[in-house]
Amino acid sequence: MSVLVYIDQKNGQAKKASQEAATYAAKVADQLGVPAVGIYLGAADAAAVESMGNFGLSKVLHVNDEKFNTFDSGVFTKAICEAAEKEGSSVVIVSLNQNGKTVGGRVAVRMNAGFVSGASNLLSADFKVTKSVFSGKAVAELEYNSDKKVIGLSPNSIPVENTGGSAAVENFSPANTDFRVSVKEVKTQDGEIPLTEAEKVVSAGRGLKGPENWGMVEELAKELGAATACSRPVADLDWRPHHEHVGQTGVAIKPNLYIAIAISGAIQHLAGVNQSKVIVVINTDPEAPFFKAADYGIVGDAFEVVPKFVAAMKAFNAAK
Amino acid sequence: MKILVPISIVPDTTSKVAFTDGDTKYDKNNVTFILNPTDEWYALVRAVELVEANGGSVTVINVGEAANDQFIRKALAIGANNAVRIDAEAKDAFFVASQIAEHAKTEAYDLVITGKETIDYNGSQVGAMLAEMLDLPYVALVSKLEVAGTEATLEREIEGGVEVVAVNLPMVVGAEKGMGEQRIPNMRGIMQSRTKPLAVVPAVEVAEHVVVNKFELPAPKTGAKMIDADNIEELVRLLHEEAKAI
Repeated sequence: MSVLVYIDQKNGQAKKASQEAATYAAKVADQLGVPAVGIYLGAADAAAVESMGNFGLSKVLHVNDEKFNTFDSGVFTKAICEAAEKEGSSVVIVSLNQNGKTVGGRVAVRMNAGFVSGASNLLSADFKVTKSVFSGKAVAELEYNSDKKVIGLSPNSIPVENTGGSAAVENFSPANTDFRVSVKEVKTQDGEIPLTEAEKVVSAGRGLKGPENWGMVEELAKELGAATACSRPVADLDWRPHHEHVGQTGVAIKPNLYIAIAISGAIQHLAGVNQSKVIVVINTDPEAPFFKAADYGIVGDAFEVVPKFVAAMKAFNAAK
Repeated sequence: MKILVPISIVPDTTSKVAFTDGDTKYDKNNVTFILNPTDEWYALVRAVELVEANGGSVTVINVGEAANDQFIRKALAIGANNAVRIDAEAKDAFFVASQIAEHAKTEAYDLVITGKETIDYNGSQVGAMLAEMLDLPYVALVSKLEVAGTEATLEREIEGGVEVVAVNLPMVVGAEKGMGEQRIPNMRGIMQSRTKPLAVVPAVEVAEHVVVNKFELPAPKTGAKMIDADNIEELVRLLHEEAKAI
């Protein structure tokens, strides 16, 4: 018996979402009194794989194969299920990031397991979990009927914890390596904090009048260590790339801090950000609906407020 | 090319969210329902475009009761050729995926295109489950889909950007913004939709792996603490000391 966690990696390093999932797996395993085991898919240094022990995993099965550096939900599902079989894992945990959303339901079907997609809390020993529903407007408490359970952990739901441990690494060669998805090109900007992993997000709307005015937004994001985001009109106008669009039809995020600049707060926008822990709204219109969903508000012109915010953050960072 | 588009019927985004039966069921009273946006705007529209360009047919499938027929007719008005409704309440994603798989396994679809998630239960599960049940490749969060012959080229969302991938058909695709543009049905489409075939099929039995114990509404925000625009230092202080967010 064990709890298995899928470790999603990039360039040989576990993604932050997977560090959270490993932390979560270790806690679930602890409650059940069994070990937490990871399955690490893709080539990586032994040290990087061992370091998964730092999140509480006692062992990691490592598929140290370049082929697994690209993602194919079918092949990954078979590998995860084979590992679960080998380790006797009746509980499998995946982080519900982009790859996790693709693989979670597949693993559940293949294992004949129940699946909660988007669990946001730690389990009680009787496997009750909560999940956000209706685009953040309600919470559901769910319970498993099935013997086998797959839990899709919503990113940024629990903090990563470092235990200082080291995991035993065991090489693992899945039986199936029949990749049907071939990656042609990856288009990402290096050095940026990925929006879906970010703990702080600075977002701006059409009120900024044009893409040339995003310099101050990026500067504020830099001082805060935040990712940048935007509202739907801004993405539709091609002022900012599509992947920065947060809202119902864009990305749904739940950072610790969300700063909305010149965004009125339409319900479709709120649907993507209303699970943020702290929301700051800066808007010229005191009647903007976003203020109702905010924790802190400033009525003012972004072109005056944001440069002052940047200066205040510089002073704060210098004093730290 | 033969394409299947699973569609869900969901409460409109602006609907109030309330629960009945001891907070175990969504209260459908006075709620406006719509086709799930990502199913309609992206999955269905792109499917119709591909068939317009390459020939073939688009089938829409819904798991739901007879009240859903009006929405299925709308999908037919947008351009789907025929429809299937599995006559049962959509209990959960596994139930829905199982019903669709039962239909799809004998139909040899080249493509199954789902919306990336429904706006009610936000699970993003049906596409993945369906792919596993049918043993097909699955690419989710897809913003671009082109098909040449039997090969699909797709752009999928990854952390901080996109990945371009190629897959041989058949496959399952999860569609998100960018794949198509919303289409308003025209009068001709609406007229034609009335006579397009809509088959009603009984559901198959499926195990219920996960049950809802209760729903809860989050505590409402108590109102924003307003800070003077000339006193940003106060905001920084509050974010640090009170909210502990920086």
